[in-house]
Amino acid sequence: MAMLEFIPQLGRRALQTVPGLGAASRFLLSSLLSVFNRHFSFQQLFRQIYGFGVRSLILMVVAAFFTGMVLGFQGYYALVRFGATSALGTLIALSLLRELGPVLTALLFAGRAGSALTAEISSMKATEQLSAMEMMAVNPLAWVVAPRIWAGIISVPILCAIFDLVGIFGGYLISVPVLGVDGGTFWAQMQSNVTFSGDILTGLFKALCFGVVVTWIAAWKGYTARPTAEGVGNATTLSVVTASLTVLGLDFILTALLFS
Amino acid sequence: MAAEALVELDNVRFARGSHPVLAGVDMHIPRGAIVALMGASGGGKTTMLNLMAGTLRPQSGQIRIAGQDLQKLSEDAMYALRRQMGMLFQHSALFTDLTAFENVAFPLRRHFRLPENLLRKLVMMKLEAVGLRGAAGLFPAELSGGMGRRIALARAVVMDPMLIFYDEPFTGLDPISVGIIASLIKRLNTALGATSVLVSHDVEETFSIADYGFILAGGKIIAEGSPADLRASDSALARQFLGGQPDGPVPFHYPARQDYAAALRDSHAAGEVL
Repeated sequence: MAMLEFIPQLGRRALQTVPGLGAASRFLLSSLLSVFNRHFSFQQLFRQIYGFGVRSLILMVVAAFFTGMVLGFQGYYALVRFGATSALGTLIALSLLRELGPVLTALLFAGRAGSALTAEISSMKATEQLSAMEMMAVNPLAWVVAPRIWAGIISVPILCAIFDLVGIFGGYLISVPVLGVDGGTFWAQMQSNVTFSGDILTGLFKALCFGVVVTWIAAWKGYTARPTAEGVGNATTLSVVTASLTVLGLDFILTALLFS
Repeated sequence: MAAEALVELDNVRFARGSHPVLAGVDMHIPRGAIVALMGASGGGKTTMLNLMAGTLRPQSGQIRIAGQDLQKLSEDAMYALRRQMGMLFQHSALFTDLTAFENVAFPLRRHFRLPENLLRKLVMMKLEAVGLRGAAGLFPAELSGGMGRRIALARAVVMDPMLIFYDEPFTGLDPISVGIIASLIKRLNTALGATSVLVSHDVEETFSIADYGFILAGGKIIAEGSPADLRASDSALARQFLGGQPDGPVPFHYPARQDYAAALRDSHAAGEVL
């Protein structure tokens, strides 16, 4: 009996979700295409890149530095048992470039910039600023949403590249001066085992996908938030939770497709 | 109401889900008039403003602004028409990250490429008209409620619109600010040769400036006419609204399943302690 109730419930859930996904996809597409709208402003885009990208730099650099250093310690602990500490540079680089760089950048970005993006758009909606814009014949998608989504898409791969670089440098500082791994071997092994298209570019491609997903979710949650104080709070929480889980799920799919 | 109509609504119906908000509204708003839409809260007044502004679409019926059928307009044509409209929002809806000057300049900057000195003159002219030229550099958080409403009014009229909507312009303001806003609405409507549609609960202040009024209840227009006609209306609902009577056709009590006396008797019989 319970099963019989469960099946229509599942169907109803699916029927509710599908139009929501469709609307969210149309929202993303319209926002991306708004770059051709006369109200799209490159000045706004640069301002948002500064807000999302440049102002997230310190967070990314600190997180990357510690991540790289921890990788150095943990990698050394594992490799020294097999007398393979010469591979430490490769291990740190591949871990960061293929996995930790894109994923941690996206998770930190969702917490730092995604939440701010949702809160900003939902507050603008709650205080009728988006409606006011529409009444002034200015498309809010082109003026408010599109520059923010594009800024996220541009910023995340760049932040990821910086994360990778700083992380590798952190790993180097622990591996070579502290743990005594040979510096020449550290870099030479990394150079010969890391490929540009196979490791670096695919890692950055992952970051690009995460950038789209995080900013899309953040903007959509803000745009569809209930126009109340509670609605703004809920939307912000949901934005970070949904974006983080989606990044982790998408990471699995991308890893399976790109590196298999 | 024989003058040429700028806004025409024919048998407009609108529902939110299964809840009907407007059940067949006909309305003609003549050019140059200040027209008030009044009625109890939740009666569909703001919905009507949004329908006229094209931000909502009716389920059936026709809405024409300056002869253009809103349902047949493309998105671009709708945006072009909105450049000739202005709206004062209930909570001002000023952009919080921009100064008062930049708020007023916003529509001009987005739609025209004006030299900075000309833009400055146009904005300052509107700020002077609302008496707030001296507050040009202040941010919305630094303005009082009444000042914010006046800046929002300057922004609503900066493009010299033919049609201005006011959504509850007097709500939450002190009596001095209410008087200022009312006189500004009247003066700006005359100076710009515009048409104004005003949604308000404030009967006295609204009647002091309105040429014509509509009273909405139950999704329909129950009375219309000049302020004097409305005061003389024999509709019990209109009289209750205009007289501010707590009970009448709109009941004081929200319907309950059982009469209160009967509920007390039942609970007493059941031995419950109240």
